[in-house]
Amino acid sequence: MRWLDHSPMFHRRTLLTSICAGGAWGILRGQPQRPGLPGAARRFRVWDAHSHLHAVPGDTPEQRMEVLIGCADRLGIERLIVSQGYSANLHPAPEQFREENDRVMRAVRRFPGRAFGSVYLSPSFSEFSLREFDRCVRDGPMVGIGELEIDKRCNVPEMDAIVERAISMKAPILQHTWLKLDGNEPGESTPQDLVELARRHPDANFICGHTGGDWERGIRIIRDVPNILAEIAGFDPTAGVVEMAVRELGPERVVFGSDVGGRSFASPLAKVLGADIPDSAKELVLGGNLRRLFAPILRAKGHQA
Amino acid sequence: MIVDTNVYLSRWPFRRLAGDETPDLVARLRNRNVTQAWAGSFDGILHKDIGGVNARLAADCRTYGNNFLVPFGSINPKLPGWQEDTRRCAKDYAMPGIRLHPNYHGYDLKDPAFRELLHAAAGHRLIVQLVVSMEDERTQHPLLRVAHVDVSALPALVKTEPSLRLVLLNWARAIRGQPLQPLVDAGAVYFEISMVEGIEGIARLAERLPPERILFGSNFPLFYLESALLKIEESGLPEDRKKTILGENARRIIPQTGRP
Repeated sequence: MRWLDHSPMFHRRTLLTSICAGGAWGILRGQPQRPGLPGAARRFRVWDAHSHLHAVPGDTPEQRMEVLIGCADRLGIERLIVSQGYSANLHPAPEQFREENDRVMRAVRRFPGRAFGSVYLSPSFSEFSLREFDRCVRDGPMVGIGELEIDKRCNVPEMDAIVERAISMKAPILQHTWLKLDGNEPGESTPQDLVELARRHPDANFICGHTGGDWERGIRIIRDVPNILAEIAGFDPTAGVVEMAVRELGPERVVFGSDVGGRSFASPLAKVLGADIPDSAKELVLGGNLRRLFAPILRAKGHQA
Repeated sequence: MIVDTNVYLSRWPFRRLAGDETPDLVARLRNRNVTQAWAGSFDGILHKDIGGVNARLAADCRTYGNNFLVPFGSINPKLPGWQEDTRRCAKDYAMPGIRLHPNYHGYDLKDPAFRELLHAAAGHRLIVQLVVSMEDERTQHPLLRVAHVDVSALPALVKTEPSLRLVLLNWARAIRGQPLQPLVDAGAVYFEISMVEGIEGIARLAERLPPERILFGSNFPLFYLESALLKIEESGLPEDRKKTILGENARRIIPQTGRP
């Protein structure tokens, strides 16, 4: 339970839940194994770059967060970065962005030390987004931007002021991307769009959500842009994705994310635990890279990474 | 006891996979404490010499451990002489079942050939595994775009074959949002879990289906084997329910020794 030493704000109730639950926690921590789960004792600190409250049971943000933390405990996931609230609306109005960000802050407040909030913004509402960034990140508890979703493609000039704000606080940006065979939704970003944006802002840190879904193309698209990290959530647990990402980008540029509640924690976790890569690379992908990425803003806000 | 009802031997056409050599696949399954795996062949998806595919599958399963790899031969009812392929699976290779890929073989479930195939399978006491999809339709190879199987005709067909045992593989994405109860009510229809997603997805599935109809399956080696295993853990099922899904349900369909 090495990581507890680094987590002074760990919630007592979830600690007890974790100890009682065992399960994959035990696998990851080297405790007695459950039948069928990965055999080698593992000691990884797992941070999830990409989680949501939507499609999670519960009437309140706090109740939904309890479900997420319960599942995270079963699988040994230490921290979640949460965004977007309940929203399934692809084109929210400013007041809806604000409402969703408030839901996230309520949920995260319930589990200090286990979850961080990330602000939901849109280049469609530039001035509002800057004010919302200030409210939630500069003056509030949130530590990142995104997941930015389907609204306007992320290569639009309106994104520049948002990115500059992120740079000022060293807040990483999680950008949704897909490469759909039949074409993306209007306003839905591709990895190519993110490459354009990242090249305009070499001092910003971007996480390429879903790595385009069609990861064999997405990994190649972002390969030459060092301030983009590949994230592995939101598509089937197709074997080989993490091996290719680590081979082409290096283990320092690949991060674990789940895209819960529409997806499971289990499948993306399996992509890393089942990958034929060294344990040192798994340590980075499962949490080391995220802790490095978020360390400056967490330190600035008085957290430990 | 873990019975994986959904593994494939040989090569996926679009990517090399860890585990696409049979000895390696067996080692990886055993390393995860799988006690039996029901194996089809990737070759059965696109090859036209289905007889050769099934002969190799049977030989591989024999070579790498009787009763560990359990062969499920491929049948394409649009090929001439498919009835002989079916007979060989049942009689020559003593397979307990067959695995179908209707979308890759170019027929829908209203095709009379499918009804005839179900009848023949029931007559040979063969379990039928129906693969509803292989891949996310959004990420397929642009030159091989294959729609999910439309299963809407299935409940009525199943009712016409009361002795049929039908296992749906890779169904969850394709049938998402549709009611499962008509399939449950139609007969002995089972659902494996490799494409079930969402937070606590298996627990949610167990609220929608009788637990004895849920089978553990991984879609390995196309999917990471650990996905299905960790989904069971994530769902926080009681131990008895977990055992039922991991192996006991499959064992009821194929007892440890002999044919169903």
